[in-house]
Amino acid sequence: MTQSTGKKRLLDTKMVPAPSQGIIPERDLLSTPVLEARHLGIEFGGLKAVEDFNLIIGKTEIAGLIGPNGAGKTTVFNLLTKVYQPTMGTILVNGKDTAGMNTVQANKLGIARTFQNIRLFSNMTVEENVRIGLHNQVKYGMFTGIFRLPGYWKGEKRQHEKAMELLSLFDMQDMASSRAGSLPYGAQRRLEIVRALATNPSLLLLDEPAAGMNPHETEELMHNIIKIRDRFQIAIMLIEHDMNLVMGICEGICVLNYGRIIAKGTADEIQANPVVIEAYLGKKKEG
Amino acid sequence: MKKLKKSAINSLISYGIVILAFIVCQLTINAGTMSRSLKGQMIPICVYIVMAVSLNLVVGISGELSLGHAGFMSVGAFSGAIFSAWLLEAFHIESTVIRLILSMLAGGLFAGIAGVLIGIPVLRLRGDYLAIVTLAFGEIIRNVMNCLYFSLDEGRLHVSFNNPVLPGKLIVNGPTGATVVQKLSTFPMGFALILFTLFVVLNLTNSRSGRAIMATRDNRIAAEAMGINVTKYKMMAFVTAAALAGMAGALYGLNSSTVDPAKFKFDTSILVLVFVVLGGIGNIWGSIIAAALLTVLPELLRAFSNYRMLVYAIVLILVMLATNNPMIRSLSDRLFHRKKPAARAQKGGASE
Repeated sequence: MTQSTGKKRLLDTKMVPAPSQGIIPERDLLSTPVLEARHLGIEFGGLKAVEDFNLIIGKTEIAGLIGPNGAGKTTVFNLLTKVYQPTMGTILVNGKDTAGMNTVQANKLGIARTFQNIRLFSNMTVEENVRIGLHNQVKYGMFTGIFRLPGYWKGEKRQHEKAMELLSLFDMQDMASSRAGSLPYGAQRRLEIVRALATNPSLLLLDEPAAGMNPHETEELMHNIIKIRDRFQIAIMLIEHDMNLVMGICEGICVLNYGRIIAKGTADEIQANPVVIEAYLGKKKEG
Repeated sequence: MKKLKKSAINSLISYGIVILAFIVCQLTINAGTMSRSLKGQMIPICVYIVMAVSLNLVVGISGELSLGHAGFMSVGAFSGAIFSAWLLEAFHIESTVIRLILSMLAGGLFAGIAGVLIGIPVLRLRGDYLAIVTLAFGEIIRNVMNCLYFSLDEGRLHVSFNNPVLPGKLIVNGPTGATVVQKLSTFPMGFALILFTLFVVLNLTNSRSGRAIMATRDNRIAAEAMGINVTKYKMMAFVTAAALAGMAGALYGLNSSTVDPAKFKFDTSILVLVFVVLGGIGNIWGSIIAAALLTVLPELLRAFSNYRMLVYAIVLILVMLATNNPMIRSLSDRLFHRKKPAARAQKGGASE
């Protein structure tokens, strides 16, 4: 599949209204939305960082979250992954309410994420990083590990195979035994995505995946994001400032400003929306 | 697969060196060439090596500063002393080796339980607070031991708090400590405990749980986002270390005729921490060497009599300066690690 056809297929996506507020791609209408946020909000000592955030993401949708700096995009991610507990509203993941859950439980429910400022385990090898992502996928107990029972050898072998399989997605098998912190910037970002994928998510949250990448790398990333979606049949939501990437691959785009959603729609709709243009470029002077 | 083999070979080399060191020591003891004072130091050396390696599991591998490690040692020493007396009287187990092993296991078990009890509240804290609270807990354990009375009456144990009037023979007598019926510890058993500790710590760090522990140390937020229960794995490292310290404590307690609670003061915790820091945080080998050398050093410095502690302090400072010197570090890196960080970086860059 080439870059252009992938782009084209996505741009043709038809967005239709979901049963509740929000829009999702037509093909996902019959399955439970992977994420449903209702009236989500958080206050930090009276400051409403995010307010009345409503969003539905279809089972295999690629969604974008954009907005000017300080709009609250990363806060939304932190709310969805339960790093912050929302002070208002509910989050449903695959139809299940996540109220009272912590980050670990949210991950087990199927939300994985990458970080805006890379958070790899930089002193460990690339493979070990992915193996940590596989923590809840391939399990064996502490005593099995210490006394090297058969479960240990089986588990280690499966972890190794799975890690290599995931690394091969991004052609990173050769780097498996390098130290994660010594990788080039772009490779570190890709490793973070692989590590998040290792937790077997149904929704992958990417926080500025193209930050610091050159146009060539960004193009490759776009291709890879579509590849991941097609292969694992998961939903992906990304925060990004690179408009080529967002407009190129995101089916539904959500624009945030001052913690509120100011527009939702397809790439074409967002580009033509006067409210969005105003948020980014300011109001036209009258007269 | 290649990586697995490499770690396995590294562990085998570690065991091999320890076994070699043991054989050399045992031979010199048998040949009678080892001085008497040094011979008496062999078991304490084993004890402090185990203490240092187990503390390194908390400080180096899980990245939490614990200042109460001597507390777990004292729990192990006392439960070991009580247990060995009870085994002799209730079950008439004559074999010293079996009694020592069972007493060490009991010491490990009770210290592990103490580790769980302390870990539950303590591991909710981070950084400095954790250090302060573990320090306090170490002192609390010591003070509790000061008020405990155990007696043995025809194979039955009696316990009381602050009341020395108990039926039968008193084996733990509050501030005067525990009376050890029979000296059980032997150097080969101490050596076996070192091997066991190395086995547990090295295998743990090379397993799924060990990686999770190191992940929580390196980046707590990312570890949580990967679905790793941070408290559970901090607890795992803490309790394993406590249990190993308890076993070392039992070995230590059964090496003398009395166990005095004052031996497990804050100083002892700090001493073990010094071994870990000087040997290099997270470096198991460094801990072993530092513990062995610094336990022997005060004895070797007997010739300096009055200036002993002064020389000890100077040696400590020199070692600290040497281990932190970038030139010496890079030299040792070149000598002992075939894969240098720079070479790894190059490799990563080339394949990009």
